[in-house]
Parts: sequence; C-alpha cells; structure tokens
Amino acid sequence: MAKPNTPPRGGGPNKHGFQRPRNTKKTFLRLMGYLARYKALLCLVALCLIVSSVASVFVGYLLKPIMNDYVIPGDFPGLLRMLVLQGGVFLLSALCNYVYARLMVHIAQRSVAGIREELFNKMQEMPVSYFDTHLSGDMMSRFTNDMDTVSEMIGNSFASLLSNAITFVATFIMMVVLNPLLTLITVAFLLLMLLVVKTVGGKSRTNFQRQQQTLGALNGYIEEMIEGQKVIKVFSHEEKAMEAFTALNEEYRSAATLAQSYAGAMMPAMANLSRINYAVTCCIGGLLAIGGVFDIGSLGAYLLYVKQVSQPIAGISQQVNVLLAAAAGAERIFDMMDAPPEADEGKTVLVRVEKEGDTLTETTRRTGHWAWKRRDGSLTELRGDVRFQDVTFSYDGEKTVLHNISLFAKPGQKIAFVGSTGAGKTTITNLINRFYDVQEGTITYDGIDVRDIAKDSLRRSLGMVLQETQLFSGTVADNIRYGKPDATDEEVRAAARLANADTFIRHLPRGYDTVLTGGGSSLSQGERQLLSIARAAVSDPPVLILDEATSSIDTRTEKLIEKGMDSLMEGRTVFVIAHRLSTVRNAQAILVLEKGEIIERGDHEALLAEQGRYYQLYTGNAELS
Amino acid sequence: MRLFWPLTKGYRLWIVLAVVCSVGEAVLELLLPQAMSDIVDFGIATGDRGYILMTGVKMLVLALLALLCGVGGALCAARASMGFGARVRAAEYAQVQRFAFSDIEHFSTASLITRLTNDVASLQGTLFMGTRICVRAPVMLVTALVMALRISRELSSVFLVVLPLLAVAVGVVIAVVGPFFTRLQQATDAVNLVVQENVNAVRVVKSFVREEEEKEKFRRRSDALRTTAEQAFGFVVSFSPVITLLMGGTITALMWIGGHYVAEGTMLSGDLMAFFTYATEILASLMMFAMVLMMLTRSIACGKRVAEVLRHNSAMNEKDAQEELTVENGDIDFHHVSFKYHADAAEWNLHDIDVHIKSGMTVGILGGTGSAKSTLVSLIPRLYDATEGSVCVGGRDVKQYTLEALRQGCAMVLQKNTLFSGTVAENLRWGRDDATDEELREACEIACAAGFIEAMPEGYDTHIEQGGTNVSGGQKQRLCIARALLRKPKVLILDDSTSAVDTATDAAIRAGLRKTLPETTKIIIAQRVISVMDADLILVLDDGRIVGQGRHEELMEKCEIYREVYESQQEGVEDNG
Repeated sequence: MAKPNTPPRGGGPNKHGFQRPRNTKKTFLRLMGYLARYKALLCLVALCLIVSSVASVFVGYLLKPIMNDYVIPGDFPGLLRMLVLQGGVFLLSALCNYVYARLMVHIAQRSVAGIREELFNKMQEMPVSYFDTHLSGDMMSRFTNDMDTVSEMIGNSFASLLSNAITFVATFIMMVVLNPLLTLITVAFLLLMLLVVKTVGGKSRTNFQRQQQTLGALNGYIEEMIEGQKVIKVFSHEEKAMEAFTALNEEYRSAATLAQSYAGAMMPAMANLSRINYAVTCCIGGLLAIGGVFDIGSLGAYLLYVKQVSQPIAGISQQVNVLLAAAAGAERIFDMMDAPPEADEGKTVLVRVEKEGDTLTETTRRTGHWAWKRRDGSLTELRGDVRFQDVTFSYDGEKTVLHNISLFAKPGQKIAFVGSTGAGKTTITNLINRFYDVQEGTITYDGIDVRDIAKDSLRRSLGMVLQETQLFSGTVADNIRYGKPDATDEEVRAAARLANADTFIRHLPRGYDTVLTGGGSSLSQGERQLLSIARAAVSDPPVLILDEATSSIDTRTEKLIEKGMDSLMEGRTVFVIAHRLSTVRNAQAILVLEKGEIIERGDHEALLAEQGRYYQLYTGNAELS
Repeated sequence: MRLFWPLTKGYRLWIVLAVVCSVGEAVLELLLPQAMSDIVDFGIATGDRGYILMTGVKMLVLALLALLCGVGGALCAARASMGFGARVRAAEYAQVQRFAFSDIEHFSTASLITRLTNDVASLQGTLFMGTRICVRAPVMLVTALVMALRISRELSSVFLVVLPLLAVAVGVVIAVVGPFFTRLQQATDAVNLVVQENVNAVRVVKSFVREEEEKEKFRRRSDALRTTAEQAFGFVVSFSPVITLLMGGTITALMWIGGHYVAEGTMLSGDLMAFFTYATEILASLMMFAMVLMMLTRSIACGKRVAEVLRHNSAMNEKDAQEELTVENGDIDFHHVSFKYHADAAEWNLHDIDVHIKSGMTVGILGGTGSAKSTLVSLIPRLYDATEGSVCVGGRDVKQYTLEALRQGCAMVLQKNTLFSGTVAENLRWGRDDATDEELREACEIACAAGFIEAMPEGYDTHIEQGGTNVSGGQKQRLCIARALLRKPKVLILDDSTSAVDTATDAAIRAGLRKTLPETTKIIIAQRVISVMDADLILVLDDGRIVGQGRHEELMEKCEIYREVYESQQEGVEDNG
C-alpha cells in the first residue's frame, strides 16, 4: 500500500513554526465570501461599532465643559444636565458594544460552522489516494488548530481591528481639537513607538522562529522516547535518555527565554513610553495653562486621551499577528477543500428487482434480488462475476505496482492472493472497489466495466473485512449495523452469530447496547475482528474482500470462527488475502504475486506439485513479511 | 504547589526581581496622576512655572523608572518562567524514567506526552504572565485605593457601592462561564472524534458507502458545537458592556459629588481629575483580576495533571535491593505466583503459576491470545511485580537485585518493539554502550540480521527512521533480537519476536542461540508450535493457568489444547507430507 507507515500525530504544520500565508489577499477575499451572506448584519455591526467607539472617545471630551463651565463656576443644574448627557453617552456606548459583540458571535459561529461542514463534506468526497498521501495528524489539524485560528480571526480580529482604528482616529482628532501644539508631542511619541514595534517586533519574530524550532525538536524527542519508554526500561537506558533530553531542554530554554524577553518587553515599553508622553504633556500643558492659552478642563480631557491613544496601536499590532496566522490556517483549510473530489462518471446503478423466471422488473420492495440498471434502462442481474483484463497500475505514475494482471472470479468462487508485502495484493482489491482506478486494462463486474458503475452502487455490492479493524464510537449493534443502517435487531444478531461474535457480545456489560469508545479499545484484537466480520455479514454483498481478516486471531480462535467464515463466504465471490497459508488452502484459485506480477496460479494441490514459490512458502523456506 | 516550589530553585531571584519590578511599575505609574494634580492645583493655580517644571521633571523621572521596571520585569519574568518550565519538564521526564510499566499504562503514553508538552507549556506561560499581571492587579488596586483615600475619604465612599457590584458581576461571570466552557469542550471533542474516525477509517466508510450518514452525523455535532459556542460566547460578550456601564456610573457619580466639593472649595479641581484616574485604575485592576482568575483556573488544571505525574509513586521500588548483587545464572523459579494488573481488579491474570527452570534450558510458551503469555514472562525482568507468590532468578528473589542489575542479566525482546531514530549501530548499542564493531557483527550473525544489514548501502551506519519505519517487520524483529543479545544475558526472553520472520530463518536463529549461548536460559513465546517443538520444556497457557508442561511428546499425549493447536497448524503439512 502507498500509505506511509507513520502513526497519526497531532499538531501538523503549526507545530513547526510560524508559517506565512502564500497569498494573503486572495485568502481573505475567499474568507469574506463566507461572511457575505450576513451582509445586512455586518452593516449593523459596523454601525454599532462606530457608534460605540466614537461615543467612548467623546465621553472623555465632556470632561472639558463639565470642569470649565459647570464645576468650577458651581452651576449645579447645568452640571446635572451634562451628567445626564454623559450617562446617556455611556449607556449608548455600552448598548452598541453589546449589540455588535453579540451579533459578531452569531455571525462568526455560523460562518465557522459553515466552513467546518463544507470542509468535512469535501473530505468525504475525496478519493482514498488523498488519505493515503496525507498524514492523518495533518488532516486533523485543519479541523482543530487551523479552524481555531480562523474562528478567532472572524470572531475577534475584524471587530477589534476596526474598533481600534476608529478609536485611534477619533482620539487623535479630539486631541487636535483640544490642542494642536501638544498633539505634536504625541505624534513624536507615536513615531517612537512605531520604531519600537518595528525593531523589537522584528527581533521578536526571528527569535520566535528559533524558539519554535527548538520546541519542535524537544517535543519530537519526548514523543519518540515516551512511545519507546518500555524499551528504555528493558535496557535500563534511562540515564542516556535523560542526557539527550537535558541538552534539548536547555536549548529550548535559552531560545525561549530570548524570544519571550523580546515579546514580553514590548508591551511595558509601549505603555511606559506613553507615560513619558503623559509626563511631558503634563508639564508643558501646565506651562501653557499659566500662559492662559489652555484651560484646566481641556488639560484634564487631553491627558485622558494621552493615556488612551497608544492602546489602539498595541492592539492593532497584536491583531496583525493573529490575522497572519489565521490567513495561513485558512489557506491550509482551502487547500484541502480544493483537492479534487473522487471522480465518479459511472451511470450504472444497483436496483432492487423482482425475478420471475428470466425476466427482471425493478421494484422498491425488499426482494433480496438486485440488478445493475444501465443508463439505457436495461437490467443485468447482480451475480458477482469479476474479471481483470491486462491490468497495469501505478500509484505515483512512476513505479508500476501491478503488471498485466489478468484473472477472473466466477460467482461463488474463492480466489486467494499470496505474496510478500508490496507484492500488490491489497492493490488488486483497491482496484476492484475503485479506491484507485486502473491506468491500463479493464476490470469488469458482471460484464460491466467498473468505471461505468456508480461508485456507491459498486461498493454496496462489495463487502470488505480489513486487517486493521476500524470500529466507530457507538453501540456494538450500531457498529454491526454500519454496513446496513436499516438492519433489524434480528439481522444484527444473526450476523453476529454467523461470525461467532454473539457469545462474547452477550457477555459484555450491556450486551449489544454496550457503547464502544476509542475505536473499541476495550475489546481484544480478535473480538474487534469478529465484529468487523459481522459487520460485513449484515450488508450481505455478493462479493467479499477479506484482506488479512484473520491474521490477528490466533489459530485456535480462527478454528472456532472458521465455520462462521465458511457460511459467510458461501454463495459469494470471495477475494482472500492471507498471511497464514492454511486459510487459503481451499480456494478455487491461488494466485502467487511477486513484484506486481502473478508468478504462479492454480489450486493448492497443483501449486504444491509445481514445487515453486508457493511450495517454498508453504514448507517454510521463504519469508513472508 | 508544594511540589513545584523546589523546582523554582535557581530562578527564585529572577522571580523576586520580576515581582519587585511589577510592583515598582504599578506604584510608579500611580504616582503620576498625583503629580499631575499637583501641577494643576499648585502650579497652575499659583502660576509658579518653576514648580511646574520641577514636578514635570519628577514625573519624567518616575515614568523613566517605570519604563525600566516594566522592561526589566519582563526580562526577569521571561528568564524565570522559561527556566522554571525547563525545570518542571526535566523533573517530570525524570519521574517518567522512574516509572514501572504499570505506571506508564496507568497514565497512557499519549497522556504522558501531553503532560510533558502542552501542560508544561501552559504552566510556564502562566508564570510568565503571572509574575506580571497577578502581581500588578492587586498592587494597582491597593495603591489606587490608598491614593484615592488620601485625596478624599468622602468621595471614596462611592467605591463602597461600586466595588461590591463589580465583584458580583465578576463572580457571576466566572460561575456561569465555567460550566459553559466545559460543555463547549465536550462539543468540540465530539466534533473532533468524528473527524478522527473518518480520517482513520476512510476505507471502511467508503466501502460501506456511509459518506452521507457520516456527513449527517458531523452536521449534527457541528451544529451542537455552534449552538453551545454561541451561548457561551454570547454570554461572555455581555461582560464588557456591563463593565462600561459600571465605570460610566462611577465616573458620573464622582463628578456629581466631587463637583459639589470643588464648588464648596473642600476639594481642588486637580484632585478631582486625579481621583477620576484612580477610579478607572481601580475598576481596571479588578477586571484584570477577573481575567487572571480565568487564566488561573485553566492552568491549575494543567498544573494538577503535571503534579499527578510528579506525585505518582512508582509501583516498583528497590528497597530490598542489594547494590552489588548481579544475576549469576539463569535459574528461574516461579513460586505459586498469581498476578493481576490492578489491585482492585476482580479477575486474576495469572493463577498459581509454579514453574522451575534450570539455567541453560530452552523454554517454549504457547497459548491463545489473551492467555497471559507475555504477562508471565514480564515478571522475570520485573516489568511488573507478582501480586502473590515470588519470582526468583539465579536463586534469589528478583526484588533483591537492583532493577539495572536484574535487567542486565535478563534481556527481553518485547512483542511491540521499538527502534529509535539513529544508525543501525547506535540502535544495537542500546544493548551495550561499549560493544565493539566485531561484537555487533557477531550478535547480528546469530540473529540472522548481518546479511541484510551488510546489503544496505551504508551497512551498520544506515539511518533508521523513527519507529524503524524504513525496515521491514521481519528485519526489525531481527535487529531487536541482536540488540538484546549484545547484553550477553543470563536469561533471554523472546516475546513472539519472530512472528514476521520466515520459518527457515526462525529455525536458524533458534539453532544459533542454542549453539552460541548454551549457558543462557532461553524463553521463547511463539504462535507456531514448530518454533517451540524442540524446546527442553514447553508451557501451555490458557486463561492465565498452566494447562500443560513438558516436552513435545509428553504434551501431545497429555494436553488436549496443545494437540488442538498443533493439529490446526499441521493439517496442511501432513496432508502433503
């Protein structure tokens, strides 16, 4: 199989440092597309946001008339009026703040759910090859890490950027209104702050990258060692493992200290520069006030603004980082969405039929008979006849995995594949159910080219039991019913009995209603395998593919389920891949594969008589691995 | 907390400095409005330019000092927290190194990895933020309150109304948000589970044509997540407007009351302006407090998880061990041993095992899956301790040896084995650090690994990928055997270690072991009868009991299960003789 044999790991690309998006603008535009449907609401958000920000800035300005015109002269009725006005502005600001924030939550959660569902639906449509060539941890992280950053951006960053920008502009305007001269001082300090953001921020980014690299190395080491911890114990290798760990840990510590120093110093530097600005303004403002060009109320209001004006800058510089991270995340999500879906041009579908003599009529009743319905409406009975005609196949277009394979399986026949890993056994089964498509030659099913059959129909007519049992969280019955959601309880039980799984299931705490978690990790490997056999039995397909289905069951247990397996296979066309040669002995045809070619074929006796490769394997003189 | 305190050693000075700097910054910062009010009330009122300049310079100095404190505090905090993080990680890692098998299983590998990576990262992040914000919030609160009281006791009474209100608001938020976020996490997990299952089981989903059902399942869970998130965040966003209102109410009340004082002449206008500043700082610091609390609850959970590891007493101790003792021969005795993995489990995994093995014997162990073959042999190098009875190696109870000495004497090739990233030679030298190239080759010769290693382009220097993914299953098993052989053990245990090796090579390895290690006791767990047929002693296990022991011929006669297994594997061969 082409799948790289790598265990799934969390993290994905995010783990190894900060990635910059390739095309930020395009990604943003596309993200905007998901928000477009909330246009009206977004306008309301923007409106509330502007009102709220401007109101909160304006409140500060009120200090001037309150002090100058009412408090100092002692005009209390006037003061009351002003205070009512001020309270009103506060109320307005709070109200608008709540409205836009609540709306944003609504919009963000809905759009994110939309993206999430679209991604999942697209993923369901992707061909198996996509899953084989991408790490599962990587795919997972699109749904977790990347989705989180995007959600953070839609939910927070947009509103926060806008509100910061408005606050900044409004504050600045008010400052100019109050005193243009003092504003010059503030401008000088703002420029100084920008300089700090640029230099310290740049340093911070380079060091941050180094921190992430060393962290990646450290965490990678921890993962490898903890996974191999038992071997470490057996070899008393604890001290050695500690040494290497200590070195990596120290490297990360020093890199992280530097990176965090820069990152951590930024905020206090900005805040205190703003305080120096405050001190200078205070002094010069006081001098101006003595000169009579400035009044106390204005000075008070102006000083409030000095404290506020630098906050939006810090906020914006923070949000820009979030935006970039989110754009990189969104890009990865879109990359996955844009992967081409599984092509399905097949038009022949599987339908239920009524059979009277040789005539078939389509029906919706459950008759137990099925037929292929071609595009022209003609019906061919489903029988389970599979033929390969000169099939050549390669996963990557370079290395040919199957060369000129021709074979046939008549309805009810059992065909076995034998050969080492990489010989192409699983590839053959991957082609029958069209997980992959042949490049040369044809595969026919009941005389129809499989490429003309709709994939759903094709796969419904094939049952699979794989070596790696995959169970889903849910009850035992749900898992057995997986292949046929409308199966009755009785059908489920019958299938379990057939697979010899009924006994152990009834011994589970809640029998068929026992909930399996973690892929059924509470069951033994053999029990899981029995369930997957029952699962295949319920769906009752005419063709069955058993890919190393019994290899994780010991020989004695295998003996016990042999009867179940036999009755499962009866009357069906079966393709068997087995490690243990005893399981393939009674096949009508055994095909020995080597490097993608059939080197021997025949039944058990004939192959032994041939004294070739099969004979060597059977007598234990060659390795199957 | 008590657990973590010793780990701050060497960084305590930095922590103290960071705290001092934070306190300094907060206090200095709050002295500024007072100076401002002086300028207004004395400087401007009296028109004293010199006074204004002097106060201005004073403010500038204060602000510069605050800048120093702020930046310095950040630097100290970075040094302290990253250092502390490294300490915690090292302590935890060292603790894991002391863990017995049962401890590793107790926590599970995946959980240990999370506790060593994410949880520690969260802790060091908390210390970094904590030394600044946790200190800053209360200091700001107290200082601002003191300054406000100094300006006007009467006016400060406004806080008596506002602060309880604010406390209630914060309390409500924390109380309500907690459960909300637990539910949010559950909904997120449910969504991720579906994704994970579908990513891993794509072949099953596709072959049973379940795409539509899976989409529907995902849509339902995604919907539930969306609803929960909307509720949770919808509640959280009400916090900020409520605070704005409280703040606005406070300022308005202060202006009304303060305005009267100023008009009456009992308060100066500059003082009133400074008072506003202090009022906002008090409210802001309380909000900061709320944020800190939320952050702390999250990191306390992480801290607890790390502490669990640090506090966990290893199930294995060496209190009866004698330092100088080494394993002298390969005698193995099980004296009525019973075993279960958990003390409170109802089922025994091994029942009353009484087996005596002489040094140099070859012992085969057979039995179905779940018959506790691996459990039995793992008691020999003390991967687990017997629950009842005792296990002796070389005539002494295994507990009398240090674990290192015992495992030096008893090498075990695990069923689920691991190779590490590094060269072939490096992996082999896990067996013995100082093994010469010649010794490596000898061991590989016996394990039938020399052939394929030498055929690789770089021979013994070939790089092995993490987990040994670039060698085949059979090759990996043979490398693992060679690695164990390098220990030159008195007891060699092979736990189904040749399952992917062909029968001919398997036989060659066994013959090699017999020839080159006559003194060593060889214990072989196998699926195939043929692998153990010629052993000096064969043990047949069923459901944790020994149901047969003896040589092949005896067992064929006496032991039904053995015969069944033998026949199920021999059928074909016999038919075709």
